[in-house]
Parts: sequence; structure tokens; C-alpha cells
Amino acid sequence: MSKAKVAFFDFTCCEGCQIEVTNVGPEVMLGLLDQVEIVEFREAATEKTTEPIDIALIEGSFSRESDRAKLEAIRKRANVVIAYGACAATGGVNALKNHQSDYKNYVYGKDAELPHLDSQKIQPISGAIKVDYAVHGCPIDKNELVYILSSLLHGKDPVIPNHPVCVECKMRETVCQYELGGHCLGLVARAGCGAPCPADGIPCEACRGFVDEPNQKAMVQVLAEQGKLPKERAETLSRMFTATQREDA
Amino acid sequence: MIQNADIQVNHLTRVEGHGNIVVNIGNGKVEKCEWQVPEAPRFFEAMIRGRHYSEVARITSRICGICAIGHTLASVKTTENALGMEISEQTFKLRQVLKHAENFDSHVLHALFLVSPDLVDATSVFKMIPTHGEVVKAALRLKRFSHEWGSLIGGRTTHPTKAIPGGFASLPTNQELKTLRDRFVKEALPDLDAILGVFVSLAPKIPAFTRETEYMGLHSDVEYGLYDGCVQTVMPDGTKEQWKVEDYLKCTNEYVVPQSTAKYAKNKLSSYMAGALARFNNNFDQLRPEAKLAAKALGMEPLVFNPYLNTAAQVVEVVHSTHATIALIDELLDAGIKDEEPVKPTKYGQGFGSTEVPRGILFHSYEYDKNYMCVGGNCIIPTNQNHGNIQDDFEKLVPELMQQKSKEKEMELALEMLVRAYDPCISCSTHYLDVKFVK
Repeated sequence: MSKAKVAFFDFTCCEGCQIEVTNVGPEVMLGLLDQVEIVEFREAATEKTTEPIDIALIEGSFSRESDRAKLEAIRKRANVVIAYGACAATGGVNALKNHQSDYKNYVYGKDAELPHLDSQKIQPISGAIKVDYAVHGCPIDKNELVYILSSLLHGKDPVIPNHPVCVECKMRETVCQYELGGHCLGLVARAGCGAPCPADGIPCEACRGFVDEPNQKAMVQVLAEQGKLPKERAETLSRMFTATQREDA
Repeated sequence: MIQNADIQVNHLTRVEGHGNIVVNIGNGKVEKCEWQVPEAPRFFEAMIRGRHYSEVARITSRICGICAIGHTLASVKTTENALGMEISEQTFKLRQVLKHAENFDSHVLHALFLVSPDLVDATSVFKMIPTHGEVVKAALRLKRFSHEWGSLIGGRTTHPTKAIPGGFASLPTNQELKTLRDRFVKEALPDLDAILGVFVSLAPKIPAFTRETEYMGLHSDVEYGLYDGCVQTVMPDGTKEQWKVEDYLKCTNEYVVPQSTAKYAKNKLSSYMAGALARFNNNFDQLRPEAKLAAKALGMEPLVFNPYLNTAAQVVEVVHSTHATIALIDELLDAGIKDEEPVKPTKYGQGFGSTEVPRGILFHSYEYDKNYMCVGGNCIIPTNQNHGNIQDDFEKLVPELMQQKSKEKEMELALEMLVRAYDPCISCSTHYLDVKFVK
């Protein structure tokens, strides 16, 4: 049987998710390479290809109209497209400027109108092309990516969690951030990470995005009443990773 | 001798982020020779406005997936400086351990995954598996090891969670630190010795090229400048000058060029270099003895003026970070880990912070209001500081290559290898602004 052809692509992002892939160790990496052939991976390999590919892994947000044609070209020759990482899956932290209108002037000053500094409202990759699967998280969980690839290679549909992080805190018996006098977005955040942050005493920032159909009004109410956040902060808190999914998007 | 060439490398491979190389030569004359940066801009300085001090490092960490620990540390240091938070000795040492983990991790990735294929005529580390399988396995083991080392202290290595303003959200146990120390001895050191041997044998394949420039890095009295210190540069004649971190704009002097979404920087000369070689040239005396031996084996003593040897300086730093961390763990275990709460803000205003990331010196500055909400900020990233130096290298190197090489492809490879040697982190580098602090 011939190996599945896999290619990695990156758009507007920090490229940290592909770094996570390099942390899997020799057993998993070499095992994976027994099953797949990496035909393009700009950060790791010189080769580039225009051939059809079985699985395209796309990292980064859709932030420039000029990237649309590149994304469409990938879609055209890929059998399966996986958006991996928060930037590709939900727009990620890049979308934290979506509600601002002065960001270009603020960052580039008198040079703001130079054409190469263009940046539009941030969208996930699905804003330009059809995406088949998403690996959520900022960064991704490397084991989840391996699980999804492995499922696809075995002809199985991977399960992408759609329950809130609160469930995973209960499963690992983490004391709730609200009980400790803090605040947290775990109640509306998509789980699958294993809830490491609240266990380390850090509020969940919903880096995997919202669960489907989150009750955003209730979220703001809980942040204000239980989390004791000022009204404005309660309303804006979830922008860090869910700006494209909020009601005001 | 090359009389005519038309080199256009779009989106150079095996570097972090997007960069182009353009060289046109006609009738023996260089018509164009440019290092271009087309990376999509991301506007981080605008995004931190209106965020609470506890959230700012979580945002700015996302500037870079490889230097995420460094960005987090520079960020929490800047916030602590602005809000009057004095960290404990234990926090200082744990952050040094975390910083070393990043340096080790990133250098292993760069030297072994991105650069070494060039030295064995392969196009990627994947293609080295049949010919250098044991090296690849050792590299993957070391990469995973440093990931676990950083994760123990920081929660993760890509966008660490536990390092927060004032200290740590949660601390490693004495037993976990002891286990890590044992793993250094049993797992990391043997692999590192093997890798060092391989790298020493490949070093003669690193191109010979010399251009004297200014080298900038952190300098500290208590460590080989990585986590903390003042700004220092060393000139080609060996003279050194220092600046306070809060005066960083005086020595970085950023400016805009038309071929780049990233700003360029300069200080006393037309450009300067940041990164492992700059640190090596500034702070060689403070390297661990084991690292000095590695430098000797690689034929390096300061000052080194060959930018291709930045990768070799990284290998020296990998050895340094290994032994420096073992010593830090011993000190931490001698004192015993104390359960410390992160310290709280005592004032508000403007703050400055700097740390060395793998590719060079990094500056953050923020301003906070009385509710500890961020009003604005600025980040100057090492790769920005290197763009001008890369361009100046190109201008000296291209005419030399025209004499030495006979094929355009050879020249192209030599230029690609030069950019790669800087270990550019271009996705970081497209964040800058003219600072306009509200007074």
C-alpha cells in the first residue's frame, strides 16, 4: 500500500503548533513516517509540490485577501483539509483586534497605509475554504493531532470533543476557580485539552474556542456576579480566543 | 565566476516565518540583492490594549511559537517592572531554568532539524533518516526532553502557562526536580555527547565568510546573559558599551524599509547582529567550562566574525544550558522548593523588560493604568534587529560568491544557508510601532 501524502501549510500565525509536532519523540514520529509521506512542509523541508495530496494540514488564520487563492489551490488538490491550531480553527488570538479600527495606525504610525501592511478582519481558514476537521487549541495538543491523523488513516471519523472544560475539571477533581475567588471561561470553552490550566491555578481562556451554541449572556453574568469582574471586563474577557465566535463578531 | 544570475527564492524553507531572497546579476554586475520579509503583520501591540495585567503575557506569548517562553518571560518582567513587583530568589532561579529549556529546545531544533540537512546534502531531516537514523533519533529525543524540562517549570513550552507576573501559578516539587536532574545525567548527556561529536565532524562544511559587525546581547554579573541583564554591544575591535534596558530605543533605532513588513534596526554601525553568536562574543568568559570546551572543539574563540557560525555558537549554548541548569537545580534542591504565592502589584505606570530569546535580545515595554489594565505597549524582536545585518552580509557575500562559485544554484544555496544560520523567527518580527505612550 502506498503511503498517504501529507503536506503542512502555514498562514498568519506563530507556527507554534508545528513546533508541538516536533515534540512527539522518535517512536511516534518514525511510526507516523512509516504510514505517511510528508510531501511539503516549508519550515522543515526544501521540497515543494503541486501534486494532489491526501491530507493538508493548515496552520494560521485567513488574514489577507491575497491568501485566498493560495488556500483555494490547497483545497483543490487536497482530499482532506485539517485546520490545526486555534488560528486556523477559530481565528485564534489574531482576531483579538477584530473589534478595533485603529490597529494599523497604532502599530505602524505614518507607514500604516503601505500596501504590504494590509490586514483584514481575521477569519479562520473556513472563511476561505471548506475545512473537514479542526484540531483546536493554542497550541494544539500534539497527541490529539496524532489521534486525528491516525483515525483518518484507519478510515475512522475522529471524535472532536464538544463539551465544556468544566467537565474535565470535574473528572480530574480540580477545585473550581470560582470557588477560589477567581474567574474562568471553562463553562463555555470547548474541552479536549484535559483542563491543565485550572489545575495549575490559571483561569481557562477558551483557547480551543467555544462549545457549539454557548450561552454567552450567562457567561458574562457569571463572570460579573461570581467572578466579580467589572462589567466591561466581563463583557470583553472572552475576546482573547473566541472573537470570531462571539455574538458581537 | 558568475556573470549572470537571477535568484528568486520565495518563502525560504527551513526557517520560521516567511522571507524571500532576490539577487539579480547582469554582465558581472550586481543589479539587485535583497533580503525581503513578506510575513503577514499581526498587530500585537494594539491587541494588548484594554487587557488586565494577568492576561498580557498570555497574549504576547503568541507572538512566537518557538520563542514563547522568552516572550512570556520578557512580558512578565515588563509587567513586574511597571507594577512594582519584586520577585523572589526562587522565582529568579526557576525562570532561569525555564529560559535554559527554551534555548536548548530551540537550538536543537535549529541546528539539527533545520541546518544539519544542508551539511549532509539532504533536503530535510526526514531525508536524513535512512543515512543518519541514529542522529535523527537522538535529536528527537533531545527535543522531547527539553519540551518536558520546560513543561515541568512552565506548564508548556509553546505558550507556557505557569510563569505569571509575580512568580509562578504552580511550582514543581523537589521530587520532580530531582527526577529531571537524574534524566539530564541518564538521558540527555549521552545524546548530547553523541550529537556534539557529529556536529564537530560536520563543522568544516560550514562556509567560511567574514564580516565584522557590532554584536548586541544582554550582559549580567550573575549569569551568561540570558534571562536578565543590561544591554551590551561589542564592537569589532573588542570595545564594549552598555545601556539600561529602559533606554532600549536609543540602541535599537528601528526604521522602515520598502521590501519588508518588519522594521530594521541599527546602532553604531549600519547594522548589528543579535543571537547566539552575539551572546558568545559578548559573554564568552561566563560560559560553563564544558561549553568552552565545546567551543574549542568547534574551533571558536571570541570574537567570531563569521555569521554562519551562529549555529555553532548555538551548539555551544546547548552545552552551557545543560550544565548551568544542572547547577541551578542543585541550588534549588539545596534550598528546597518553598510554597510561594505570586507577589502583587504595588504601583502602576510604564515598565520595561528584556530577555534573550534563542535568536537574540528581545525588548517589551508596556504602560498600565490604575486598574492594572494595559494602555499600550511595544515589542522589539531579535529577528527585526538582524534583518539589516543579513542585508549587509548579502552585499559583501554576493560579490565574493560571484568569484568563488560557478553555478547560480551554488550561490543560491550559500545565501539560503546564511539566512538559515541566523535562525530567523520571522513570524515574530512583524510587530513594531512608533511608541506613543500616553503621559
